[in-house]
Amino acid sequence: MTNPPTPPLLSIRNAAKRFGKTEVLRDVSLDIAQGEFLTILGESGSGKTTLLRIIAGFEQASSGELWMAGERLDPLPPYRRPVNTVFQQYALFPHLTVEANIRYGLNIAGVGRAEAASRVQQALEMVKMTVHAKKKPSQISGGQQQRIALARALVNRPKLLLLDEPLSALDANLRRQMQLELKSLQREVGIAFVFITHDQEEAMVMSDRIALLKGGHLEQVATPREIYARPATTYVAQFIGHTNLLRATVERGIARCGPLTWPVQLADGPATFSLRPENIRLANFAPGDHAVRFRARVKTQAFHGATEILQLETTDGLALAVRLAGGTTPQSELELQFSPADAIPVREEAA
Amino acid sequence: MFSRAYRAAVTVPPLAWVVAFLLVPYLLLFAYSFWAVEQGNIVHSWNLHNYADLLAKDVYRATLFRSMWIAARVTLFALLLGYPLAYFLSFYAGKRKDLFYQLVIIPLWVSYLVRAYAWKTILGTDGVLNTMLQYVHLTQHPVESLLYSPFAVVLTLTHIYTPFVILPIYASMEHIPRNLVEASQDLGASPTQTFWRVIFPLSAPGMIAGATFAFVLSLGDFLAPLLLGGPSGIMISNIVVSLFGAAYNWPLGAAVSLCMLVLVVSLLFVAERLEKKWSYT
Repeated sequence: MTNPPTPPLLSIRNAAKRFGKTEVLRDVSLDIAQGEFLTILGESGSGKTTLLRIIAGFEQASSGELWMAGERLDPLPPYRRPVNTVFQQYALFPHLTVEANIRYGLNIAGVGRAEAASRVQQALEMVKMTVHAKKKPSQISGGQQQRIALARALVNRPKLLLLDEPLSALDANLRRQMQLELKSLQREVGIAFVFITHDQEEAMVMSDRIALLKGGHLEQVATPREIYARPATTYVAQFIGHTNLLRATVERGIARCGPLTWPVQLADGPATFSLRPENIRLANFAPGDHAVRFRARVKTQAFHGATEILQLETTDGLALAVRLAGGTTPQSELELQFSPADAIPVREEAA
Repeated sequence: MFSRAYRAAVTVPPLAWVVAFLLVPYLLLFAYSFWAVEQGNIVHSWNLHNYADLLAKDVYRATLFRSMWIAARVTLFALLLGYPLAYFLSFYAGKRKDLFYQLVIIPLWVSYLVRAYAWKTILGTDGVLNTMLQYVHLTQHPVESLLYSPFAVVLTLTHIYTPFVILPIYASMEHIPRNLVEASQDLGASPTQTFWRVIFPLSAPGMIAGATFAFVLSLGDFLAPLLLGGPSGIMISNIVVSLFGAAYNWPLGAAVSLCMLVLVVSLLFVAERLEKKWSYT
């Protein structure tokens, strides 16, 4: 886990949540830095929404603490927390105009009429929705409602913005566009975002850091690059991108998996390694490198545009996926290599 | 006219039903209201005397206003009782929701007459309430004014029509997405502020529907004033009943009925417009 350099904005300490006998979260500790874009990534049922609801105050953790700027956050009701949420189904008030929806929080906070009006204007401009100010939520599209929900939350200048899978209801193109918009908007306003998604690509594109939840506990918290390059567990390696899991045996500093052997600095015994398909290359026989070379039969070759993905099988039946540059001539057998440094040791999941 | 009804009956039986049992009687009523009674016989001479009578004689106007005043109070009390109950039922009843809902429904299975007589038993001079008041020495003598008064009518009608108010309000509350409540709190609104800014406006269509039920049903009620109203609790429907019955003045009765009808229909029209205006789903 990387610790953010500045003192954390929000500190979740050993949070756990049980609904009856079901343990939804266990021992979650997580620091969120000022101005950070943190994504909580996980499959459905991983507890990510529960974690978000605990931060927002809609659920109470069964144990553990929340700290924000030196104060306990968890005893406060949702309406006293300096946190705003963008809900999954937007939750715009249907009886209020777009403008009145955005003004809602300001009215409650007792912001003066003139200031409220100018802040609402700014918020509308920020999400490019000024022309729709007088409409009711039912008169605008899903993508537009999404922007209003964002403006309604941000206009209050929260210390932390929570986003509960806000893009999941949008179609693919709009979704990609909104990902980039959200990211640049977050940079602009400098408010910390905690973004929830089950889409690893989305998490990679948008986040400063990713917190990967599995079955209610954090598997790994790291930057997208780090989590991709150095996954901590087999689950992380497989969930984020594609990978080859090499189940090897280490003996006196040498790992052996099928026909492959390479030097490692690990104790003797079984070990699992993650080897990304793009880190296996065509053998070039450059002198002086310590690449591991092997031959393999090509079983299938799938063209993906910029790259091609080949399913290989070595002579003694080890299956591997390889990603090569697009336009590779189909061949029945290939001579390949990988660098031992690219075989990342990962923790096996306890079943 | 007959052949049109016949064609309608062949193609659309429900239409025929409406025509036969609603439209035709209303048209007859409409015709009667312009006829007259001469020496105990109804004569088909078209005139506006009945309507002139309605405007001229205080008893009709006074009774109509009393009926509206009674209906207005019933509506108010039914709303005051029903709204909190519907709110509790929808938002706080939890697992017992179905049970409470049934408890609201059950009184509707009991005959109107039984419920009206029950109040007679409770409010009478030797009734349950008076006996209790004397037993605890709050009063020395029976309170005579409980029964046979507008109060008794309002009380009984409120009891009878409150479920009609609860149900539409409950239904409209059930349609309020719960994430709106969370969104409101998330934006800093306390539960009280959330109630007034989100739940109350979004339950307005249900309130209007419920209020309309209560007002229209009690405005036209004649059993409660008959059984519990006494002379001071007479309502407009009792006048209609007596005009069509003992007084044998069908034309005047028809004129009173038509006035009621116009009143109720315009009320329903306004209520529907309001309901549409304030519903967002």
